[in-house]
Amino acid sequence: MLAHEMTSEVVASTGWFLEHAWLIPVIPAIAFVLIIFFGKKMPMKGSELGVLSMLSSLVFSGGAAWQWIQRVNSVVDGAHEAVVEGAHHAAPYVQPVIHEWTWWQSGGFHFGIGHHIDGLALTLLVVVAFISSLVQIYSLEYLRGDRRYTHFFAALTLFSAGMLCMVLAPNMVQLILGWEIMGLCSFMLIGHWWEEEANSRAALKAFFTVRVGDMGLLIGTAILFFSANNWTQKNLGVSGFNISGLSAWAMSGEASQSALTWGAVALFIACIGKSGQFPLHTWLPDAMAGPTPVSSLLHSSTMVVAGVFLVARLYPIFWEGMKIGDTNINFIVLIGGITIVIAALLAFVQHDIKKVLAYSTVSQLGYMMMGLGAGAWLPAVFHIFTHAFFKACLFLSAGSVSHSGSHHSFDMKKDMGGLAKKMPITATTWIISTLALAGVFPLAGFFSKDEIIDNVGYGGYNAFMIVGLTGAFLTAAYMTRATYLTFFGEARGAAAGIHHDAHDAHDAHAAVDTHNSHDTHVVDSHDAHADHGPHESPKLITVPLMILAALALTAGLSNATPFGESWERFKKYVEPGSEYVMVGSETADEHGAADEHGAEVVEIAAASMSVASEEKVTKEGCAVVAPEAGMVCYFPTVSHAPFKWSKAALSLIIVALGLVSSWLFCVQYYTRRNKRLVGLTERNKVLRGGYTFLWNKYYLDELYEKVIVRSIAHPIAKAAYWVNQNILDGIVNGAGKVSRRLAGWVYRNIDQRVVDGAVNGSGAAARGTGGALRPVQSGKVNQYGALLFSAAAIGALILVIINT
Amino acid sequence: MLTTQFLLLGAVLFCIGVYGVLARKNAVMVLMSIELILNSVNINLLAFSVRHGSVDGNTFALYVIAIAAAEVGVGLAMVLLIYRNRRTIALDDLSEMKG
Amino acid sequence: MIATDLLVAQNVGFGIISLLMIIGAVRVVTVSNVVHAALWLVIVLSGAAAQYLLLSAEFVAITQVLVYVGAVMVLFLFGTMLTRARIGAESDLNNKNWFLGIPVALLMLGVMSYVIVDGFGSERLIENSGDMQPIPIQVISDDIFGPYLLPFWALSFVLLVAVIGAIVLARKD
Repeated sequence: MLAHEMTSEVVASTGWFLEHAWLIPVIPAIAFVLIIFFGKKMPMKGSELGVLSMLSSLVFSGGAAWQWIQRVNSVVDGAHEAVVEGAHHAAPYVQPVIHEWTWWQSGGFHFGIGHHIDGLALTLLVVVAFISSLVQIYSLEYLRGDRRYTHFFAALTLFSAGMLCMVLAPNMVQLILGWEIMGLCSFMLIGHWWEEEANSRAALKAFFTVRVGDMGLLIGTAILFFSANNWTQKNLGVSGFNISGLSAWAMSGEASQSALTWGAVALFIACIGKSGQFPLHTWLPDAMAGPTPVSSLLHSSTMVVAGVFLVARLYPIFWEGMKIGDTNINFIVLIGGITIVIAALLAFVQHDIKKVLAYSTVSQLGYMMMGLGAGAWLPAVFHIFTHAFFKACLFLSAGSVSHSGSHHSFDMKKDMGGLAKKMPITATTWIISTLALAGVFPLAGFFSKDEIIDNVGYGGYNAFMIVGLTGAFLTAAYMTRATYLTFFGEARGAAAGIHHDAHDAHDAHAAVDTHNSHDTHVVDSHDAHADHGPHESPKLITVPLMILAALALTAGLSNATPFGESWERFKKYVEPGSEYVMVGSETADEHGAADEHGAEVVEIAAASMSVASEEKVTKEGCAVVAPEAGMVCYFPTVSHAPFKWSKAALSLIIVALGLVSSWLFCVQYYTRRNKRLVGLTERNKVLRGGYTFLWNKYYLDELYEKVIVRSIAHPIAKAAYWVNQNILDGIVNGAGKVSRRLAGWVYRNIDQRVVDGAVNGSGAAARGTGGALRPVQSGKVNQYGALLFSAAAIGALILVIINT
Repeated sequence: MLTTQFLLLGAVLFCIGVYGVLARKNAVMVLMSIELILNSVNINLLAFSVRHGSVDGNTFALYVIAIAAAEVGVGLAMVLLIYRNRRTIALDDLSEMKG
Repeated sequence: MIATDLLVAQNVGFGIISLLMIIGAVRVVTVSNVVHAALWLVIVLSGAAAQYLLLSAEFVAITQVLVYVGAVMVLFLFGTMLTRARIGAESDLNNKNWFLGIPVALLMLGVMSYVIVDGFGSERLIENSGDMQPIPIQVISDDIFGPYLLPFWALSFVLLVAVIGAIVLARKD
C-alpha cells in the first residue's frame, strides 16, 4: 500500500450552486403551495408561478452542473499531476457534494434530508427541470380554458418538486418521499379529466399497479437498512439509509450476499412497477388517458425513468446482489430484454398515436434496464438523458397534432394522415425525433442506444445484444408506421376537415369529441378550430417543440464515443470513478453521533465541504482488487466497449432496413391498398392469431383481472366462507352437542344419584347451556376474534417450541 | 419485587380482557374489556421501564393512555350511531360483514 | 440482607392489589349488569394506578386516575345511559357461544405464563429495591419531547381525528 500511496492533496473545487442544491426542489414545492392557495386569484391563474419556479430550478440545476464540471476538472487534473509515474488505472473518484440534516428522529434513529450531488443526480436534475419548464410553457396553450387549469399546474409543479427531491436524495427515506409524491401526482394528473370513467379507471390502474411494485421499495429499503446499518455506522458514521453508505457497504465485501440479493430483488420489483417493465407495464399505455403534457413529462421522459434511476443510483447493490459482473443471465437484464421486444411488438397494432409512443417508452425503458443489468451503466444513464428529449418532443408533437390538426382525436387511422403539409413545424420536429429514437446517425438516439447494445455484447451478454438489435429494427419500423399514418398518405377524418355532421362513420367519434372538448377547451376556441380545419399550432406549442427537436439532433454529441475520448463528456463528468477512497480524513460536525466512534470515523456528509485531503490510492479500481483497511469505494469497475465502426454499421443497417421496409409496407398497405397485403390478417391464420394476440396485449390485463384476481381472491373468499360455514359452525355445533350430552350425562348420573342441591343446580345450568347452544347463532365478530386470538396464541406456542 | 409478578399480573388481566372481548355481546362491554387489555399492557411497559432503568416505558404508557381515551371516544360514538340506526348494540346482530 | 431486599410491605401491597384487580376484572367480564361492570372496572383501573405507584411511576399513575377513572368511566356511563341499556341485570349480555372465549384465553394465559416464568424466573425487578426512585416528570417530558417527539405528533393527530370523528359520528342530522 505504501508504495502506491499518493500523499498529494487534491483539492476539489466547490461552489455556491453545489452547496445549495437543496433549493432546487424547494422552489417548486413553495410554488405548489402558492398556486394551491392563491393560484385562482393570479392574473394567469397560477400558471405563471409554475413556469417561473421551473425556470429558476433550471437555472439552479444548470449552475450546479457547471460547478460540478469545474469540480471534476480540478480533481482529474490534480490526479493527473500527482500520478506521473504511478500505475494509475482507475478513474479518480470525485467526492459527491453531500449535505444532510436531521429531518426527524424517533427513538434514537435519525432520518436525514439533504442533497447528494454527483454526475448522475445532476444529469437528472437538468433533464427534469428542463423538460418540466418546456412542458409547462406548452401547457399554457394546450390547456387554455381548462376547467381545472390551476390544479393542473399545481400538480405539475408538485410532481417536479417530488422528482427533483428524489433525484438528489442522499438517503433512502428522502428517495421514498419523492417517489411517493411522484406516484400521487401521476394519479392526479392521469385522472385530470375524471368525469370520464375511463380516465379515472386508468388513474386507479396506474396507482395500484405501481403500488404493487412500491411494496418492494419499502421491503428492500428495510432489508438493506437492517443489514447495513451496523457496518455503515461503524465504518462511515452514517445510517443504513444513506445511499453512499449503502454503496460502500455493498462494495466492501463484508456484506451478506443473501441480504444483498434479496434487497436488490425487492428494489428491482419497485423499479418494474415504476418504470413499466415487463409484468407490470400494463399501466403505462392506459396512463395516456391524461392530458398530453402529462404523458410527455411524467410518462415518458421523467417519472418513469425513476426506476432506472434507482438502479443506477444504488448500482453497487445491484452489481453485487445480482452478480452483474458475471455473464450469467440475471434478473435485470432478463426483464429488460423481454420488455424491449414485447413492448415494441405491441406498438405495431395501436391505432392511438399516444399509445404507440407509450409502448415505445416501455421498450426504451427496457433498453435502459437491459443496459444496467449487463453492466453498461454509462450508456443507460446517457440513454435516460437523450431519450428524455426526443420522447418528450414526440409526445408534444402528438399533442400538437391533436390540438390543431385532428380535432382533439388521437386516432391515427381515423383522424390523421397527410398532415405534413398543413403542420410543417410539427411534422419536422416529429420526424427529427423519430429518427433520433430509431437511432440514426448522428442523432441523439444513435449515441446512446447503440452504445447500450454494444456494451451489452461487450459485457458478455451476447443473446441480449441480439435482442437489442431486434428491438432497434422494431423501433424503426413502428415509428415509421406511426409517422406515415399521421403525416403522410391521404387525409382522413378530422385531418381532412370533415365535420361532425358531415360524415356518418364519424359520429361515434364526434360524440366523444364534443365531450372531450368541453373538458379541454372553452367552447368558442374549440369552434374556431373546427372552422379552420387543420392548421399549424401557435407559438407556445411550436417553440418548445423546436427546442426539443434541436436537442434531439445534438444531445448525442455530449457523449459521442465514435469521435474519440475528448467527446466522451458523460464518461468524464457523470460516471463515478471506481477508486478506493481512504476513510477518515475529515471530521464530522453535523451529526453528534458520529463523534462517538472515534477519530477513524468520518462523516461523509461533510467530506466535500472543506475537502482538503483525499488520499488517493493507485489501484485497479473497486471489486477488482481486494480493499485495504480503511478504504472504501462507491462504484464498481465497469467496462466500456471500445467503439468500432463495423458494429455501428451493422446496427445502422438494421435500423435502415426497419425504416425502409416499414415505409414500403405502409405505402403499399395504407395508400395503394395493395390487395395482397390488405386483409392479410383476416386470411392468414397464423397472422390473424398473432394480431389478435397483440391486439389483446398478450392477454395480460385479462390475466391480471380475470385469472389472478378471480383465482386468488375468489378462492380465498370461498375458502373463508367454507371455513366459516363448516368448520367454525361445526365446532360450535359439536361443542353444543357435547355440552348437551354432558349435561344429559350429568343429569342422569350425578343429579339423579347424588341428591344434592349444588350439583342439581350445576346440572341444570349445564343443560341450559346445551339447550341454548342448539340453534347456532351467527356471532360472527366474536368468532373472528376467537380465531384471531387463538391463532396468535398458537403461533406464539410454535415459536416457543421451536426456540426451546 | 420480582419482574415475574408484574408480568404475570399483566398476562392474567390480558387474558381476562380477551375472554371479555370474545364472550360479550354488548358493544359497551366489549369496549370495557379492551380497556382491561390496554391496562395490562401498561403494567408490562412500566415493569420493563423499571427493569431497564429507562423512562421510555413511562412515555409509552402515557401514549397508550391517550390512545385509549381516543379509542373509547370514537368507539362510543360508533355505538351511539349504531344504536340510533338499529335500536340495538348487540354485536351478534351486526352481521353485514358475513361473507 | 433478605429482609432489607424483600420489602415486605410492598410485596404485601402488591398481592392485595393484584387480588382485587383480578377479582374486579373477572367481575367486569361476568356480571350481567352494565353499570355494575363499569363500577368493577373502576376498581381494576384504580388498582392499576396503585401498581404504577409501586413501580415508582407517579406521573403515569396520576394520569391514569385522571383520564381513566375520571374521563373514560364517565364516558362509559354516558354510553350506557344513551343506549338505554337496562340499569338492572340483563340476561343476554353474553354471546350465545361465549364459552369459545374460555379455551382461547386459557391457551394464551398458558403460553404467556410459560414464557414469562421461563424467561425471567426469579429475577429481581431492580438490583436493590430500595434504590427505586420516583421518576421526575422533567425526565419524562424530556423523553416525550426529545427522541419520541414524532410519535407524540402522530398521537396528537390521532386525538384530533378522534375528536372530529366522534362529533361527526354522534351528531344528529
